[in-house]
Amino acid sequence: MDFGPLFLSFEVATIATAFAAVIGIAIAALLANYRFPGRDLLDVVSTAPMVMPPTVLGYYVFATLGQGTIIGRAYTALTGSTIVFTMTGAVVAATISALPLVVKSVRAALEQTDPTLMLAARTLGATKLRALFSVQMPLATRGVAAALMLAFARAIGEFGITLMVAGDIPGKTRTASLAIYSAVEAQRNREATSMVVVLTVLVLGLLYAGGKLTAPPAENR
Amino acid sequence: MTNALAVRIVLRTRSFTLDVAFEVKPGVTVLFGPSGSGKSRTLGCIAGIVRPDEGRITLGDDVWFDDARRLELAIHERRVAYVFQSLALFPHMTAADNVMYGISRTMLKADRRAIADEMLGKMRVGHLAARRPQTFSGGEAQRVALARAFAMKPRALLLDEPFSALDAGVKLELLAEVGEWLAREKIPAILVTHHAEEASALGDQVVMLEKGRVVREAAIDDPTLSLPKIGAAAK
Repeated sequence: MDFGPLFLSFEVATIATAFAAVIGIAIAALLANYRFPGRDLLDVVSTAPMVMPPTVLGYYVFATLGQGTIIGRAYTALTGSTIVFTMTGAVVAATISALPLVVKSVRAALEQTDPTLMLAARTLGATKLRALFSVQMPLATRGVAAALMLAFARAIGEFGITLMVAGDIPGKTRTASLAIYSAVEAQRNREATSMVVVLTVLVLGLLYAGGKLTAPPAENR
Repeated sequence: MTNALAVRIVLRTRSFTLDVAFEVKPGVTVLFGPSGSGKSRTLGCIAGIVRPDEGRITLGDDVWFDDARRLELAIHERRVAYVFQSLALFPHMTAADNVMYGISRTMLKADRRAIADEMLGKMRVGHLAARRPQTFSGGEAQRVALARAFAMKPRALLLDEPFSALDAGVKLELLAEVGEWLAREKIPAILVTHHAEEASALGDQVVMLEKGRVVREAAIDDPTLSLPKIGAAAK
């Protein structure tokens, strides 16, 4: 069995989870704590990748980060490489697919913290940002950790957007999900089965651990 | 400069309108009234948690809120110690960290820690410094919450029924300690309570609220004021 695609999937999913964490936690904190114009729009846009067809999302990535776009050209000028049809593209695809899960779960975790504690922090002289980092986030740690596990599980299985944006280039952008597809197409069933087993065990394990983390304390023991 | 808190608040909600004006001199003013009379919302407006629709809130010469001048000082800039009914101790921090939280961060951490330890000691809960709130008894939690409120060197103190869950002995002891501290600090304090004995133990002045209006203001020792009756009416 070729472990290359699995390693690539791990690498892509790890980087994508890190990006989704930074962007997603920031968006979740905004949605949970602030009222501002465009809040509903931000909510909808950050959730959309959950239900939007991957091809549509891939199209948007091309339209914003493709070779002919300003960002795409700037990236090429800086790195000599392109975003699309490279591992970077696969990371972008996985980040997009993981982001809604981070936003939704982290927001729920933040909103579950006792609002009186935030107010107490404010009356004790904390700015909103300090109250967020010193009180609300620490109290939501379990929820945030569970969200990141979910995000990683989603990112490691990403298929549709990755195929659109990064293609299926062996050794370069062929992640485990894409490799399974190619193996089945070429009737290399044993190869597909082993990767299917690895991904299944991994995703189930992550979901189980995430569920344990967010279960009420009584069920935790 | 006087250190009095002058409050004029109009706050309209769907169910009722809060429309109150009163002055809180250094010492304790008791906000007395039945549930839903607007006591907690009044405190919320003073602390900056709730924005009034109209009015003006000042402490001495400092304006905290003035709708006419579109002035509103942020919560964290008012330095109002607010002791919530739930006490709102941070469950993920030790008693010492809870108390340190409100002390100015321009000070060195070691100095903040020293102040926190001293204040916990004064409130006779020094032995709890390294422990988290989950392990505190009701009275201990109250003492830590008060230590946290005092350590921040507040300009005003708001007590939102923080003693309601305590038995009478502990309550009177704590009230006496709050009274002593206020006598030293000479800042205005508001105590929201349903209990006549709390009011008479700590209060200097009473403001009675009913359906969002001030119905009476009097000195606590005013012979025409019958607090037990008010207390009974409140229940």
